Amino acid sequence: MDLMTNLMPASAEIFLLVMACVTLIADVLIKQGDRSFTFGLVIFTLIACALITVGTHENGVVYVFHGMFVDDLMSDVLKLFTYVAVIMMLVYSRLYLTVRGLFSGEFMVLTLFAMLGMMVMISANHFLTLYLGLELLSLSLYALVALQRDSAIATEAAMKYFILGALASGLLLYGMSMLYGATGSLQLGAVSHAIQSGMTQSGGANKTLLVFGLVFVVSGLAFKLGVVPFHMWLPDVYHGAPTAMTMLIGSAPKFAAFAFVARILVEGLQPLEHQWSGMLIILAIASMALGNITAIAQTNLKRMFAYSTIAHMGFLLLGFISGGIEGYGSAMFYAVVYVLMSLGAFGMIMLLSREGFEADALSDFKGLNQRSPWLAFMMLLLMFSMAGVPPTVGFYAKFSVLNAVVQTGHIWLAVVAVLFSLIGAFYYLRIVKLMYFDAPESHAPIIFAPDTTLLVSVNGFGVLLLGLLPGTLMSVCAVSVQQSLLLH
Amino acid sequence: MFFGLPVISVAIWLPIMFGILILATGGDKNAPLARILAMVGSVLGFLVTIPLYTGFVRDTSEMQFVEMHGWIARFNIHYHLGVDGISVLFILLTAFFTPIVVLAGWQVIEKRVAQYMASFLIMSGIMIGVFASLDAILFYVFWEAMLIPMFLIIGVWGGANRVYAAVKFFLYTLLGSLLMLIALIYLYNKAGGSFEIVDFHQVAIPLTAQILIFIAFFFAFAVKVPMFPVHTWLPDAHVEAPTGGSVILAAIMLKVGAYGFLRFSIPIVPDASHHLAGVMIALSLIAVVYIGLVALTQTDMKKLVAYSSISHMGFVTLGLFIFNSYGMEGALLQIISHGFVSGALFLCIGVLYDRMHSRNIADYGGVANTMPVFAAFFMLFAMANSGLPGTSGFVGEFMVILGAVKANFWYAFAAASTLVFGAAYTLWMYKRVIFGAVANHHVAGLTDLTVREKVIFAILVIAVLGMGLYPLPFSEIMHVSVNDLLVHAARSKLPM
Repeated sequence: MDLMTNLMPASAEIFLLVMACVTLIADVLIKQGDRSFTFGLVIFTLIACALITVGTHENGVVYVFHGMFVDDLMSDVLKLFTYVAVIMMLVYSRLYLTVRGLFSGEFMVLTLFAMLGMMVMISANHFLTLYLGLELLSLSLYALVALQRDSAIATEAAMKYFILGALASGLLLYGMSMLYGATGSLQLGAVSHAIQSGMTQSGGANKTLLVFGLVFVVSGLAFKLGVVPFHMWLPDVYHGAPTAMTMLIGSAPKFAAFAFVARILVEGLQPLEHQWSGMLIILAIASMALGNITAIAQTNLKRMFAYSTIAHMGFLLLGFISGGIEGYGSAMFYAVVYVLMSLGAFGMIMLLSREGFEADALSDFKGLNQRSPWLAFMMLLLMFSMAGVPPTVGFYAKFSVLNAVVQTGHIWLAVVAVLFSLIGAFYYLRIVKLMYFDAPESHAPIIFAPDTTLLVSVNGFGVLLLGLLPGTLMSVCAVSVQQSLLLH
Repeated sequence: MFFGLPVISVAIWLPIMFGILILATGGDKNAPLARILAMVGSVLGFLVTIPLYTGFVRDTSEMQFVEMHGWIARFNIHYHLGVDGISVLFILLTAFFTPIVVLAGWQVIEKRVAQYMASFLIMSGIMIGVFASLDAILFYVFWEAMLIPMFLIIGVWGGANRVYAAVKFFLYTLLGSLLMLIALIYLYNKAGGSFEIVDFHQVAIPLTAQILIFIAFFFAFAVKVPMFPVHTWLPDAHVEAPTGGSVILAAIMLKVGAYGFLRFSIPIVPDASHHLAGVMIALSLIAVVYIGLVALTQTDMKKLVAYSSISHMGFVTLGLFIFNSYGMEGALLQIISHGFVSGALFLCIGVLYDRMHSRNIADYGGVANTMPVFAAFFMLFAMANSGLPGTSGFVGEFMVILGAVKANFWYAFAAASTLVFGAAYTLWMYKRVIFGAVANHHVAGLTDLTVREKVIFAILVIAVLGMGLYPLPFSEIMHVSVNDLLVHAARSKLPM
């Protein structure tokens, strides 16, 4: 293969890397205090990347760089969703960060590098590429959380995130090294092939090593996803980080995490499905239980959403447990829906926050319907969607996962899942209750920045509209999973 | 189709569109406009359902006015609507009550008028959707969506303990619905990838699975009916809901549960239905007798009528699970009648509450002296609630008791006790509130019904007496569909 054919499928990543460096330099040269040029440049970069991703799309699965990098439908679709999520996050956080003096060049450059890390993870076909992408993403996020230097709570969050994240990376690498020892390869396809042939031949001692490695890999993945019992960092980081960073951590990286799990477990370790799906069942149930029950006790909205994330990730894992196009497709759909809801919810917190005030306590939402019926209605849609009540899209996310679970015959698992989501419904309802049933505590005027208000409306209505017509998005997820994961 | 118009879709979406329009009128300074729009929307909403009755072909059990469009291709889900002789009555009842509720809240609701009116109109459309859906997921979407406006109605405009009641209402019903969802997904896979309710009727299912499905459906529907022992949310919700909310809750929303048994449990899992009929009958009789006694001891008028509703709905479930045509048709007539009567009673209590701000029976006495017209209307509805011949309350109860005699004398005996208890708690309440000397200076200061209230009650009187004296227009339309349902119910669906 000549160089160009190798570079073409990765051109979006290359462009992003170049533009990140250009942004870094440009930001130094322009006058201080005004970041609109840099902001425009970043938004332009992301839109251009999206166009490149669409433009370089090819049918089928293309491997480049000696099988380290893969370009398939799933990677392109996930990247497009990631661009959208990051652009939304940037627009949401502009005003919020500006009044806090955090809307700096570093923020934007680090976001671009995090974006690059996610793209590499999404397209990785090799343990080392995966690890490279993961570290690029994680290191950017650690720095972003710590960006608010004078805040003790943010620094503490960054510290915890960094130490536990490093531990998780270590576990993951350790597991990968064992898998490498057992199979002699780091490339996902080759690993899968080796396990398959090793199993059919003799492979007794080999298997112990494999499963041992698998345990470490799954633990590493669980850390990154934030599922129980590897969830400890999540509430502290969500709570401590500035809300814009929380939004970044809670949105786009979930796509990367989905791809990460799909690539490693489905593409690389499919022959061990029996082993890992057993582990995932425990992780999923524990996450749904702990996430939903603990969220009830929270008084801080960001902490509550952190526990709700844990529960949602547990639900998403159910899709992986079920397997097949139904299972993986529904997990991907769930990830997309979750990110959409989570962007809206954090966006609302930022919209209600103002200089020197964080609207992240539950009581800050009291009586929102009297202060602004429109925003209250948008939040209502988002909360009912998170609770999985139709006609919002959150219902279809739960529905498609449950369908996959029932199809594989785990009806008891479906019952457990709905019982925990019933518990979960309580704390989402509580927010609706605060907004609609209670009298407002604060009468401070809400500053309606036109861009964020418009975006939050699009976001809220998106949840409703996708709930009325979910068919297309469901099909997109199913087709991309089918063309990518199941054709290998 | 009726003159080229998709009647059912119009009946669903017209009130919802009006609801959105009303929301757009904004704050309370535009309240008069919101009220007028709500009235226009709800009356139009009722008028568009009339072709469903006039154009209905009586001698077939096939679905009519069918609309079918693709919706979610991935799961083979369709936007599939249609009515048979059973659901058409529910739809008419729903559309009939929306203008009444709008009228009832005309002056009483002063804060956030637009949101109040819009909630009711949107809910009306959603409930019609529940009754007209022929696709299980479409049904489920409407079924759950119904919770959102009702949750807000109770929580925003309700009484002192409204938050507790709203959350309890929501979580109780959500629990049942989620288990039903799993049953529906299971059936979807059994039926070879179809969510059509009619296809579910054909699937062969082993008895154990049937029983599990029945239990899942039971949770969903019994909570809504509500049956003993999952009825405890209802008195709370009723007491705290505003008058309009109570009316819709009693007149329509409870019927959704009974409709679910008719449309899902009995035809889809007939063997389990027969197998567990004893349990269902027992629970129904407990509701009739025990809840009737509970109603007797209530000191709060709304609570009393709420318990009376549970007791009357016990009649409905009894009628459904004795599996004969008297019972089934009696249950359906009881559903319609109970809609009129309980709706009217809640409106009566609302009239008193608006003037006195108390629902305590002890605070009243001698109301007949100051509100003679009201006392007359209230009398008639109280009589209908106790099942007096000539009122609508009699027809359904009588038929169910007839059906019960055919099944087992003792069922009929226990059920008939309601004629005593029902009369006792209703008339005793009536006596304590209306008759006697004027109890206090508040009662002395009461003013009689306004024109608006008289109009509401006059319409309901016509309905209650009309149905009591001449029930044929109601029973003829359902007749063929009920027989078809009984045929389905009698056919075993165990795999060969």
